Amino acid sequence: MPDSVLSFQNVSKNFSGLRVIDEVTFDVERGSRTALIGPNGAGKTTVFNLISGVYPIDQGQVLLDGDDISTLPVRQRINRGISRSFQNIRLMPHLSAVENVMLGQHSHSRSIGSLLFPLGWLPRNRWAKQAEEALAQAGLGTYPGEVVANLPYGVQKRIEVVRAMISEPKVLMLDEPAAGLNEQETEDLRLLLEQVSERGVTLLVVEHDMQFVRRLCDQVVVLNFGKKIFEGLASEVQEDQAVKEAYLGTEDVGDAA
Amino acid sequence: MSGYWAGIMAILCFNIVVAYSVFLPAASGQLNLGAAGFVAIGAYSSGYISTDLGAPMLLAILLGALVTGFVAFVISFPILRTRGVYMVLATFAFAEVVQGVFINLEVFGAAAGYPVAAFADLNVIVPLTIGVVVFVFFLMTTRLGLSMRAVHDDEPVATLFGVHARFTQVTAFTLGGVVAGIGGAIWAHNFNYVEIQNFNILLSIFVLLYVLIGGTQTAFGPLIGAVFFTLMPEALRVSEEWRFVIFGILIILMMVVRPEGLVTRTMLDRIKGPFIRRKPAPVVDS
Ligand SMILES: Nc1ncnc2c1ncn2[C@@H]1O[C@H](COP(=O)(O)OP(=O)(O)O)[C@@H](O)[C@H]1O
Ligand SMILES: [Mg+2]
Repeated sequence: MPDSVLSFQNVSKNFSGLRVIDEVTFDVERGSRTALIGPNGAGKTTVFNLISGVYPIDQGQVLLDGDDISTLPVRQRINRGISRSFQNIRLMPHLSAVENVMLGQHSHSRSIGSLLFPLGWLPRNRWAKQAEEALAQAGLGTYPGEVVANLPYGVQKRIEVVRAMISEPKVLMLDEPAAGLNEQETEDLRLLLEQVSERGVTLLVVEHDMQFVRRLCDQVVVLNFGKKIFEGLASEVQEDQAVKEAYLGTEDVGDAA
Repeated sequence: MSGYWAGIMAILCFNIVVAYSVFLPAASGQLNLGAAGFVAIGAYSSGYISTDLGAPMLLAILLGALVTGFVAFVISFPILRTRGVYMVLATFAFAEVVQGVFINLEVFGAAAGYPVAAFADLNVIVPLTIGVVVFVFFLMTTRLGLSMRAVHDDEPVATLFGVHARFTQVTAFTLGGVVAGIGGAIWAHNFNYVEIQNFNILLSIFVLLYVLIGGTQTAFGPLIGAVFFTLMPEALRVSEEWRFVIFGILIILMMVVRPEGLVTRTMLDRIKGPFIRRKPAPVVDS
């Protein structure tokens, strides 16, 4: 049996009577690079929200390393190793790039001592250093001190990714990380994520850019109208009849084929 | 220094300290319109400890600050259940209750006021003020300060990254109480007379204005706001009749021109920019 780090078991979620996630079950294999795809409104972001605890689930279980985390408070889920980025940028607008990334380290420095550690006064402390290096590695080395509200969209988008990955979580969930990036930035992002993956972080990525998905991911889960319609190897997804039908009339999969 | 300037200096220090007491919760997204209530508690408790209990003045100031911090801690729980304009109302209501209590407490002379024996001159007040300023600057550079600002900007996302929003806000509110207590203690031992009428809603409003107009994004905001608003009326004394009109227009103008406060992060970056260009970190090959 494959070793799954994260497992969605028979999960359902309704929003005001409307079933948005319908008895969905899938496994994310440890160390895999799993894509979660599907047409707009399929429920991909909702899956992330249910895993990270933004909303409670109505039914089912979410297992991390075999433990049900679906009733844990939001805050404790990142401490267990679940980190995410957001489809619509949710950086802290008044913080600098490096401060946003240092927020991503919070789950590793929760003692009173580390809460009172002056991150800003000792510029080469290990937290600031780690954050600045991670930014540099993502090609953002010129931005650490800048307030993020003033930075271009593509840069903010990548800071989101760096903030989510800095804690080296067990499962890194990225919601459309390549949206709005140009070709070069997308390729750089893919290389960055490959490095993250090689360090043992499991990736769960929502992305519409199928070329990006095919190059980066080995596993794919496809959602349509809140139901799982495919789970398997990335190399097989485009031959699947149900997936083809779900995307009929849209360009997402056809383009990449 | 003339008595006139010494008086202004003492008021300036008081205003700066109280501005920081409101800044701390504001930096984590909580508006406190009850500064006067906390200041009153600090003034009466420290005055009582030095005068009636006979403690040394500095100890009395410290204990008064701790008493105020404790009260802030206790009431932070009901107050932090409210948000936005309701929090403004809740903190305002708290200050009204405090005023109502002290005006009836015979032990503090009720409405007649309470005389305090020990005198704090500028040699005490200025170092205390500098201490508060340095403390707040320090706090804002720590991870706790980062958490406060993160909760201010986006509480749900801060929580997703592991920040305990409630702990952060209670801490900010409590520390704000401690600082307000120091402000009250400064008042009590500088004027040597505590009258509850001095700690009214106008004080709370003005202090909140210092902070909001100075800016809540950096620890410079309350300092600039308090200095500006304390010295500006003095400068306007030349045209006594128009003083409050000019003052009011200035406030409105500043809110229009700099809605996020006089001092913002972006502004500091611009100032720092040409002088301190930090070298980008080297790319690490892996
Ligand atoms: N908080 C919410 N309240 C009501 N409906 C929601 C909420 N979040 C998502 N939905 C609905 O759930 C469905 C799936 O949304 P989402 O998960 O964002 O899709 P995707 O990310 O796949 O595009 C959509 O129909 C959306 O309108
Ligand atoms: Mg989405």
